Amino acid sequence: MSEYIPIKINTDVVVIGAGHAGCEAALACARLGLDTTVFTVSVDSIALMPCNPNIGGSSKGHLVREIDALGGEMGKTIDATFIQSKMLNRSKGPAVHSLRAQADKAEYSRLMRKKLEKQEHLTIVQQEAAELMVETDDNAHRYITGVRTISGAYYYAKAVILCTGVYLKARCIYGEVSTFTGPNGLMAANHLSESLKAQGIELVRFKTGTPARIDGSTIDYRKMKIQPGDTPVVPFSFSTDPAEVQIEQIPCYLTYTTGETHRVIRDNIDRSPLYSGVIHATGPRYCPSIEDKVMRFPEKDHHQVFIEPEGRYTNEMYIDGMSSSMPEDVQYAMYRSVPGLENARIVRNAYAIEYDCLKSGQLRNTLEFRDIRGLFSAGQFNGSSGYEEAAAQGLIAGINAAMAIKQEPMLILDRSESYIGVLIDDLVTKVNTEPYRMMTSRAEYRLLLRQDNADIRLRAYGHRVGLISDADYDSLLAMEKAIDEEIARVSRVVVGANEAAQIFLAAHGSTPLISGVTMQELIRRPELDYRMLAPLDPERPVLSDRIGEQVNIEIKYAGYIERQKRQVEQFKKIESKRIPDTIDYDDVKSLRLEARQKLKDFRPDNIGQASRIAGVTPADVTMIVVYLEQLKREKH
Amino acid sequence: MANDTIAAIASGMTASGIGIIRISGPEAFAVAGKICRLKKGRPLGETASHTIHYGVVTEAGGSEDAVIDEVLILKMNGPKTYTAEDTVEIDCHGGPAVMRRVLSAVLAAGARPAEPGEFTKRAFLNGRIDLSEAEAVMSLIEAKNDYAMKSAVRVLRGSVRHKVESMRALLLTHIARIEASLDDPEHLGLDEDIDDMADNDEEAVFTIRHTADYLEPERMKAEDYRRALGEAVDSVLDGIGDMLAHYEDGRLLREGIKTVILGRPNAGKSSLLNLLTGEDRAIVTDIAGTTRDILEETVTLDGLTLLLTDTAGIRRTEEPVEKIGVEKARLEAEKADLLIYVADVTRPLDKDDEDILGFIKGRPAIILMNKTDSVPVITADELRQKSTAPVVPFSALTGDGLGELKAMIKDLFQKGEVTYNDEVTVASERQRQALTAAGDSLRLVRQSLADRMPEDFYAIDLTDAYASLGSVLGEDIGEDVVNEVFSRFCMGK
Repeated sequence: MSEYIPIKINTDVVVIGAGHAGCEAALACARLGLDTTVFTVSVDSIALMPCNPNIGGSSKGHLVREIDALGGEMGKTIDATFIQSKMLNRSKGPAVHSLRAQADKAEYSRLMRKKLEKQEHLTIVQQEAAELMVETDDNAHRYITGVRTISGAYYYAKAVILCTGVYLKARCIYGEVSTFTGPNGLMAANHLSESLKAQGIELVRFKTGTPARIDGSTIDYRKMKIQPGDTPVVPFSFSTDPAEVQIEQIPCYLTYTTGETHRVIRDNIDRSPLYSGVIHATGPRYCPSIEDKVMRFPEKDHHQVFIEPEGRYTNEMYIDGMSSSMPEDVQYAMYRSVPGLENARIVRNAYAIEYDCLKSGQLRNTLEFRDIRGLFSAGQFNGSSGYEEAAAQGLIAGINAAMAIKQEPMLILDRSESYIGVLIDDLVTKVNTEPYRMMTSRAEYRLLLRQDNADIRLRAYGHRVGLISDADYDSLLAMEKAIDEEIARVSRVVVGANEAAQIFLAAHGSTPLISGVTMQELIRRPELDYRMLAPLDPERPVLSDRIGEQVNIEIKYAGYIERQKRQVEQFKKIESKRIPDTIDYDDVKSLRLEARQKLKDFRPDNIGQASRIAGVTPADVTMIVVYLEQLKREKH
Repeated sequence: MANDTIAAIASGMTASGIGIIRISGPEAFAVAGKICRLKKGRPLGETASHTIHYGVVTEAGGSEDAVIDEVLILKMNGPKTYTAEDTVEIDCHGGPAVMRRVLSAVLAAGARPAEPGEFTKRAFLNGRIDLSEAEAVMSLIEAKNDYAMKSAVRVLRGSVRHKVESMRALLLTHIARIEASLDDPEHLGLDEDIDDMADNDEEAVFTIRHTADYLEPERMKAEDYRRALGEAVDSVLDGIGDMLAHYEDGRLLREGIKTVILGRPNAGKSSLLNLLTGEDRAIVTDIAGTTRDILEETVTLDGLTLLLTDTAGIRRTEEPVEKIGVEKARLEAEKADLLIYVADVTRPLDKDDEDILGFIKGRPAIILMNKTDSVPVITADELRQKSTAPVVPFSALTGDGLGELKAMIKDLFQKGEVTYNDEVTVASERQRQALTAAGDSLRLVRQSLADRMPEDFYAIDLTDAYASLGSVLGEDIGEDVVNEVFSRFCMGK
């Protein structure tokens, strides 16, 4: 019998996991010319959507647009595979408009897999990574050299990106049933956790859950309210031609839980693994299970339930709002108590899933580990929840792994320029006690961070790193120029107090003119907007809807935008005060014990970050600033 | 990062011969040039460094007749200045009103009011203060952890802090409501579909009630919500208006100089109180809700606010109820900024008077010889022998001596013998600007409400108002943390 000879392969980047984070990371690295190997426990589960069948939504839609602006793939992929689309919050300000599309899950997954397969420099390997290979350089700094798989193969790499999602030591639970698998019964990854711990990486255990999938042919939709998509549909990607997304859409349905549902849950609460103590891990507050909602809000007699199709070619319907880990019989009873679901048959049971993920404080804002050069991580492993949050991190980790290898400056987006910046800053500076979900309220400067201007905000970065082509970037610059010119023009155009104008204004419930005013002033009136005023603006050039939208927003909300920009200036001031990596917090006098510990744990890059760490007071921050000033003085 | 140009009164706000307004920063010469007219007609910018010029200060952009004061102007190029920046010092006449007007002109010309200690801070940051001095700064900071706890009493007197904090809390509730409503995961992500089983009324805004660790959506109609926010904004605006109205008094709240009237029973204390308040009936306010059995009235004398406290007559007594009253009077007197001892000149001094004279010794006090309209049995000299406090002859009956009393109070204040004795409580220009900014932001919220803007717009200006109010309390370290370090230095030193 011949001796076992392990495979040894040289690659530039290893990406562990091919979910939404892993796909973006791998594509970014490969597109930036690096030889990239992506491991997945199952090639058939690339870009799987194991939970909700939609992309986007409040603030998550912003993330998708930002991913697209930077050269990521999620927006384009959902544009090609969606079955329904809506712009949410249209009745509110432009800052909170948010796009959400229902996906054909299988199609989405298939298309993304195709993109990976077609991508030059990218290799997909169905294999479980078991061990990180880490070495120490002459300066006692540790750096990554690759990974070893459970088959014993060595993959030598300059960078490794952990995108393990919910697979590390995953356990799925409903009722008394508990299986050591990843989502959808996929194989869990049971080896890597030990290797991470051996490298000093601290892990925590999180929990999330998903509702049942019900056979659509057993649902009585007449008892529900139909939820059609928007017409016309707005695409996610700035590169998608809007004409291509005007498809025939598939509706969702709205129904409600009933008193009977709540009674079933209450009667069986002792059988819930969440309440009986079987599950110890922390779940997301903002995405609670139905048993949590019922127990926490006993005075509410109903909760919304959305019935969403899983795809064009399946009968399975996702029961949004009723995730659960109740035993199977209780699940049947509670789903069947919902109007329209009386005869429902469950295809897949609802379940909760527990998994290992990263304790916060170990990453830099680049998503590289502080203590292991070349090791990056992204997605649910970092303590987030959601496909969009994962993809956004994957893209940034991929870009930065590539930048590190190419010895170019890494990409750090700050809180004032993107939701991605808010997401990553929160993940690296805040203690994570539950899965982190992106929310509009987390972004302080949201009026500037609109979904409609993500390309204006971020394309330059995508171009700089090399994911946005010159042609795409030039077309953005041309659009920006056209916006500026049109804003300048309407500020000059004067509308006289003539009869036509007065009739127009009266028809729109707007006060008549006493003398001539500029078009700009009319656009600012709450009851009017740029598009409506076209009849009073005969010289108006033919411009795209997007340009018109930007002109309208920039003029209409100019005062608010200006004030928010001033807030950003204040923010930038403290954000630009850097804290050197070498700072010794024991040497900073008068820090309180708690603050000293938190600062040591999180090692913030700048004063702004330090001030956002829970447990660090303004007085503590002041002491750091003075300490740094002193150091500077000593050097001179 | 380039510094902006700052200015402050560097000589303190007490009445003295000369007042110094210091301007420091890259635009110091340009700012001073806009309002200073040199006698010799040369523009300030063209004069040599470290030279002194005679001239006038005018209102910014004002004409010849808008002259505020005759001044000496010191021009000093950096780095050989206190802050190591270009610096101008304007020496004007020393009255507080003149100094304030000159400072206002300087600010109108483009300077920003200096934070407390900011000149020193810049000196430090620009390397003018050496390491040992910086060490001294560090030692100040070491007190800061304590300070963090004590700041409630230290930075501002409790009542001002309390008032500003309650305004901030109200704003914060609304900010939180708006922010939470943007993210209500169950209902708000699906706006057109909101919970239409509950009711079908027009647009609904959801507010969120925080329970132990969940956010629970509550329903509120948009109109009701706007009204609630409007009322909150108006109430905070009223509060800010009150405080700004008292800025000229030097205090943010109508606390006044705590003045306690002492004297034997029937010496005429209440008559004095009535006389003082009677003249000013319009601005007298009863302090409602006080449970003390001591009467308090607020009186404004030419810009000085007195919080007058009438006490039970002080006398030695064994009668339990009266004893309590006397004890309270003493406690009040111990907290006073100024004591007015009303002596009844128609009766000889007795043990009780001796007690009072003993008590006012070494404290800021005025002795009022009441009932000079009757036949006196004691003289001013007799009282002067027993006390160093100024003595004012007075008649509560005829009002004779009232003018002298007021002049005396003002004089004591201006000489600094009676002080507010709380430098931060005294409103600074910086605080006034912060309050003004908070008011401006809230008026923008009101405008947004009137324009029926979507609620997410309100949050922008509410947040600004919240931050500005924090600045009033000295809690805006988010803006520039170093500022906090030097806040223990006196303004302008």
